[in-house]
Amino acid sequence: MILAKNSIVRDILKELSINPITVIVARNNELILEDEPLNDNDKIKILSVISGG
Amino acid sequence: MICCTEKPIIVLSGGEKLCKQHFIDYFESKVFKTIRQFDLIGKKENLGVALSGGKDSLTVLHVLNKLSQQNTKIKINAIAIDEGIANYRDKTLHNANRFCFKNKIDLHIYSYKEEFGLTLDEILKILNVKPCTICGIFRRYLLNKKSRGLKLTKLATGHNLDDECQSILMNQFKNNVEASARLGPKVGIIHNNKFVQRIKPLYLCTEKEVTTYAFVNGLLDNFTECPNVRYSFRAEVRDMLNDFEQKFPGTKYSIVNSFLQILPILKQQYKDAIIMICTKCNEPSSNEICNACVYLEKLKVRMDVI
Repeated sequence: MILAKNSIVRDILKELSINPITVIVARNNELILEDEPLNDNDKIKILSVISGG
Repeated sequence: MICCTEKPIIVLSGGEKLCKQHFIDYFESKVFKTIRQFDLIGKKENLGVALSGGKDSLTVLHVLNKLSQQNTKIKINAIAIDEGIANYRDKTLHNANRFCFKNKIDLHIYSYKEEFGLTLDEILKILNVKPCTICGIFRRYLLNKKSRGLKLTKLATGHNLDDECQSILMNQFKNNVEASARLGPKVGIIHNNKFVQRIKPLYLCTEKEVTTYAFVNGLLDNFTECPNVRYSFRAEVRDMLNDFEQKFPGTKYSIVNSFLQILPILKQQYKDAIIMICTKCNEPSSNEICNACVYLEKLKVRMDVI
């Protein structure tokens, strides 16, 4: 995904129409917040908090 | 507000940012406070944990196991139900097995196939029913029956604040007040020795908090959702609540806290409900024949026709 410079996690979630309440976000297996700035070539994992049946 | 100089990993609904260690402490304190506040666990218990292998049940088992290590009079058992849902239950039971093996916790697994002769997938091919309805009936039936067989004093489930919020609203939308009377951190209205008391230690923890705790404690392997959940009314209510919470933070806490204020009144209103004994299987029932036996009879009739 290509984002504007100085993007933050919240921008990805908005781009993907994901409600931040419903996910946790990790970079290099460490949790990051919505206001975390992103760097070039970052690999972000977006994990849904919704599971089960 | 930030807890310390360490990098925060979560923002609580009140706006406080917590680092990993402070979050773990906060979460565990909240669970232990819930247990004390609602008198969920006594000084001596043969406690069961309903374990699906998903993040909620692994989290409650992980925290209760810590409690058990601090108090040797609290024994922990895990009890799992295998509905036979393809590409789902086998994966979560793998997580369950692995966790229990690593932590030396006895795990008892009971399957629909062994107990009823069919998996849920097979049942759904025969009967035209909503998957969650019949699955819930059979699962609760087995959990109660097998918990009694194991002489468990209480059975803890991984139900969290989000689950309770959804249930409260679902019951409102369907005008099912008696069902709401059975909600709360201690499930049920009246005590009966045929029922093993179910408790919800994660009652005041949001789904996001549970997931975060599971993540930082290595309890998350893969994220799975039951393939049948897309058919459910609950999923619609869940999505609506999440949209509301995003716009109006604190909504879920408000719903549950206001509900807790009226719950004693509801329990009082329905305290004279009669528990019958199913004439077919001898299990507790609200009717002469319990719901599980009703569906088993329908299955038998359909299979004879087929």
